[in-house]
Amino acid sequence: MADSQYRVEDPQGGTRDRMVTRTADGRPTLHIPIAPHRPGDEPRYARFTQQPGDLERPDPLANFDLLHDHAHGLVRVLDDDGNAIGPWDPKLGATVLRDGLEWMLTTRHFDRRQMKMQRQGRLSFCLECKGEEAIGVAAGMVYAPEDLLFPSYRMQGIFLVRGMPMVQMMCHCIGNRGDISKGRQMPVHYGWKQGNLVSISSPVGTQFPQAVGAAMAMAYRHESRVAAAWLGDGTSSQGDFHHGLNFASVYLPPVVLQVVNNQWAISTHRNIATGGKTFSARAESYGIPGIRVDGNDFLAVYAVTAWAAERARHNGGPTLIELLTYRSGAHSTSDDPSRYRPDDESRLWPGGDPIARLARHLKNLDEWSDEQQENLENRLEKEVAMTYKQAETYGTFASGPFDPPETLFDDVYERLPHHLEEQRDEIRILGKN
Amino acid sequence: MPSMNMIQAVRSGLDVMLERDQSVCVFGEDVGYFGGVFRATEGLQKKHGKHRVFDTPLAEGGIMGIAIGMGIEGLRPVPEIQFADYIFPAFDQITNELAKLRYRSGGEWTAPVTIRTPCGGGIHGGLFHSQSPEAYFTHTPGLFVVIPSNPYDAKGLLISSIELNDPVIFFEPKRLYRGPFEGDPQNVAPWNDQPGAEVPDGYYKTPLGKAVVVREGSAATVIAWGTMVHVARAAIVESQIDAELIDLRTLLPLDLETIIASVRKTGRCIVVHEATRTSGFGAEVVALVQEHCFWNLETPIRRITGWDTPFPHTLEFEYMPTRQRIADALRKAVDEE
Ligand SMILES: Cc1ncc(C[n+]2csc(CCOP(=O)(O)OP(=O)(O)O)c2C)c(N)n1
Ligand SMILES: [Mg+2]
Repeated sequence: MADSQYRVEDPQGGTRDRMVTRTADGRPTLHIPIAPHRPGDEPRYARFTQQPGDLERPDPLANFDLLHDHAHGLVRVLDDDGNAIGPWDPKLGATVLRDGLEWMLTTRHFDRRQMKMQRQGRLSFCLECKGEEAIGVAAGMVYAPEDLLFPSYRMQGIFLVRGMPMVQMMCHCIGNRGDISKGRQMPVHYGWKQGNLVSISSPVGTQFPQAVGAAMAMAYRHESRVAAAWLGDGTSSQGDFHHGLNFASVYLPPVVLQVVNNQWAISTHRNIATGGKTFSARAESYGIPGIRVDGNDFLAVYAVTAWAAERARHNGGPTLIELLTYRSGAHSTSDDPSRYRPDDESRLWPGGDPIARLARHLKNLDEWSDEQQENLENRLEKEVAMTYKQAETYGTFASGPFDPPETLFDDVYERLPHHLEEQRDEIRILGKN
Repeated sequence: MPSMNMIQAVRSGLDVMLERDQSVCVFGEDVGYFGGVFRATEGLQKKHGKHRVFDTPLAEGGIMGIAIGMGIEGLRPVPEIQFADYIFPAFDQITNELAKLRYRSGGEWTAPVTIRTPCGGGIHGGLFHSQSPEAYFTHTPGLFVVIPSNPYDAKGLLISSIELNDPVIFFEPKRLYRGPFEGDPQNVAPWNDQPGAEVPDGYYKTPLGKAVVVREGSAATVIAWGTMVHVARAAIVESQIDAELIDLRTLLPLDLETIIASVRKTGRCIVVHEATRTSGFGAEVVALVQEHCFWNLETPIRRITGWDTPFPHTLEFEYMPTRQRIADALRKAVDEE
């Protein structure tokens, strides 16, 4: 009998060995999956085999089974030389492209500043989206202001693009008196009702079925709005991922569900998240379209998101999108990836860097130059640093001022019940002693 | 004897049991190769093999489901839930399945699972990295609920839990991992040389269901568990009241005998816990003291607890019981007639 019944093509190139081994005398053993690279290993990433132009762009209202190849393949627009190719090219004007680039750079400088502030002890915790900027930014540009979004914690760009003032985002992370969430959440759990961005929750995956429910409410009221949610490759293991997909497949509401496959969930490689092939392929078993897209290709992310949003808005129902990317930074400031993955893995990721790729495309079009980029980056660096200073005028993490202790009791309920009133009085007296 | 912090003691307990018993296996999110986000399982996969100590998908419900299945098949699984706040996706598996398996099968089937999970606040974890959900589980017959407050007990109680044929939820107060927190986050001494940090390398057990008197006294009884044991001790010192301090160590089943003996002696009682007040485990302790010691009580029993709100981020040290609140309560308990 052959040893391996589970050798599958890894869509990232090569085969992914899922060998079920036996003992020396032929008895079974427990299969434990492993990550392809660990510290000390030479990362082996094949280049993407899929090319821009490989996949058709069906009509957004096409029957879901026309998307079979999209669930297993990879939608790309930018080729390795930075040219936009094929039917998925969203044909955006230079101004929109430059906007996209600027938002991605803004996001990166924002992250960089915040990470620095955390190292200096001016934030309790921080987390960046380095290398994944295209995902938050393109989505921020595609969805309409009235659409309701449930972003993950690694999507700073979507808040910036939809207009949340950067100073408020920073105030949130500091937890000072400029923080909309009143210092209650850990940093990076943004939320901004004005921009229809639902407050982020730490328990991962919970917001997938919630987005489906929000979309059901939209359909219930006959509104042409869309709901969207994002979660990570690791999080797709949660029951809530399946609840979301299943309810979406049953009620077909206007929802776009997105898996950001950045290869890692803290130290856990996506090989340990699932034994299945692609994340997008799971959509097929629920009878809804799944599309896999190069998440570091701004144009491809833009185009696929726009396709799915249009489908949803015109009563075509849900779509599952897998955004193939790589988490270039640490999971968070509490994490040290050098303990579990090779240092140069990020550099070798075949998807490259989303900012460099879009900049190159713009240069090919003669719409961008190194000099412009340098000027922009200098300006952003200064602006972001100034904004942080401004944020600290609302209070610093080290010394406040924070809201007074009695505000602990606000927002537990709409109206303060009797027992909380008593506890609030107790805390007031404590403050006076 | 080597000095260990609480993480090292937990790791040592797991190591000893992996060595002694081939049916013990350890798994959870980031537990295998990396050794856990708090490093509790660091080096164990390398030493014991990747089928004994392994990574799982990010799904607490799934982790608990497989743990029960493995337990039914005779293994002794020790799954980790990365933060106690994330135990809720596994709530159904724990409370309906794990806790009731023995009962529903008339004693035929059991699953000796020990669930390790870091709990409690004080690390700037905000709403979802700070909770103390012990009372949800003390409300569930069939479970043991254990919570150590020092490295020595952590290892001894963990070994006892793994060897127990009933399921255990083993809470690890993460604020205590590196040192005994006495209420001041700026000032936490490392475990070395502290009482409870002398930990034997090898196998030993600390009995389940047995509280310990941490400090003897005659003026009042203070009952606490986890991080609050240390805050309460500091408060007692600060108040200069000769209070007796009991560390419950196991909440379910509860060591009522030790509690009764103390309250009968002191006639005054304060219960301290980090979790929210309403329906917290303190309510159970208060009820039991009232039932058993009513005629010995000189003043009302008081509870010092977290407030009845979600766990906040910036105001976390206003949220958690402070030395001041405990000392005030002690003074009242003693002064009042
Ligand atoms: C229910 C739950 N379990 C565990 C955690 C702890 N945790 C936070 S993020 C994370 C990894 C998530 O990985 P992934 O979904 O791939 O997203 P990424 O961080 O890569 O963007 C884990 C285990 C959590 N927040 N919620
Ligand atoms: Mg991930």
